[in-house]
Amino acid sequence: MTLLRESALVMGKDLRIELRSRVALQQILPFGGVVLVLFAFALDPDRGLLSRVAPGLFWAAVLLAALLAVTRSFAVEDANRARDGLRLSGIDPGAVFLGKAAAIAVELLVLEAALGAGVVVLYDVEPRGVLLLACAALAATAGLAATGTVYGVLSSGLRARDTLVPLLVLPAVTPVMLGATRAFEAALDGVPGDGWPWVQLLVVFSALAVAAGVAVFGPLLEES
Amino acid sequence: MTGKLLGVASGVSLAVLAVLALVVVPPDAVQGDAQRLMYVHVPTAWLAYLAFFVTAVASVLWLWPRTRAPHWDLLAGSSAEVGVVFTGLTLALGSLWGRPIWGTWWEWDARLTTTLVLFFLYVGYLALRRTGATADERGKRCAIAALIAFADVPVVHFSVTWWETLHQDATVFNPDLDVRMEGFWMPFTLVFSVLAFTLLYATLVRTRLRLAELDEGREERELQRAIEERRRAEVVPA
Repeated sequence: MTLLRESALVMGKDLRIELRSRVALQQILPFGGVVLVLFAFALDPDRGLLSRVAPGLFWAAVLLAALLAVTRSFAVEDANRARDGLRLSGIDPGAVFLGKAAAIAVELLVLEAALGAGVVVLYDVEPRGVLLLACAALAATAGLAATGTVYGVLSSGLRARDTLVPLLVLPAVTPVMLGATRAFEAALDGVPGDGWPWVQLLVVFSALAVAAGVAVFGPLLEES
Repeated sequence: MTGKLLGVASGVSLAVLAVLALVVVPPDAVQGDAQRLMYVHVPTAWLAYLAFFVTAVASVLWLWPRTRAPHWDLLAGSSAEVGVVFTGLTLALGSLWGRPIWGTWWEWDARLTTTLVLFFLYVGYLALRRTGATADERGKRCAIAALIAFADVPVVHFSVTWWETLHQDATVFNPDLDVRMEGFWMPFTLVFSVLAFTLLYATLVRTRLRLAELDEGREERELQRAIEERRRAEVVPA
């Protein structure tokens, strides 16, 4: 029980920082929007391609924005040696991991809602199979946030941190990109039966990522 | 001594392999001379997986408190470096073979895609190794990163396989194209190529490990030398 309470504390801290600094709201969210516009320039909207490949573009935009969220989540603890404070607070490292991952997940869910609206408006997509969309998004977001948090702490405090995180995270979340895109495609095509197996894959991936994060966060947090 | 022997053995066996693969073995009935690429493609692919397996084992040995020693970290790094080179070679050689046989440089097939993701996973691992933390800090981070990457590969493979089976119609794979081993020389050369390249792997990793060990102590040795020089300069005043 204390684990959950401690994670909620860490999550609250991270989310409060984001609410007050507005970096996620004023930078990461607009960045996702710009990526959506960029895709429209890359794939001429008149050819009808955009609505067909919208799920893939949506998740690519989410992934890119997620990288910023992860980097940001660990950058805020660089200043004033805040990570030392976190370490000395006596909070279980597993709870720190869960809290930070949960905070990133909440940010990503807000981002996904906004980008989803953007896709509907800009790419001319009609939302269908909302339950499948929601479940796939939840499972994928958990996997993204957990993997991102693991690699975030892995490269925290290092010189080339900002460039390292994308290189480490993107190949590792291949299953998320594939699974979430296929599930979204199935939902939008009106064949949700094809999408649920992908949600299962996403759930398994997320469970593995969370387990790995809880296991390795302690040693990584120690003197990073 | 062992190092020299290994080097000579791998050099000689690679030369023999070249003769076997280019001259002795007859061209394949269906694929012609392009099939000869198999004698480098198969061993490089095998080595890529062997190298990353060694990296994972060395990382576990570093993380395990009882066996923790600096050279496990260096071995993990050396093996991963060689592994990335061989993964790159595997992809490039496969692509060269695919062009005449499949009619395309690249096919989004499960094995190819997984290998490509594997390549990027370990390029990231190598980048992590070069970030200038202390030896202990680097060892810990890299060992964990190596294990996560190693565990991620089956998941990636599974998801990519699933993805690929969904649009089976798009693939140009022709199952009849599988090379049938005929006569004595074809299978012999293939087995020999794997042995020759494994020797090469051992030579490369051994050399790279030696280099890493020298590099590891270099800073300290240079500092020591600078201190001694300074001392001598003070003892003998002009």
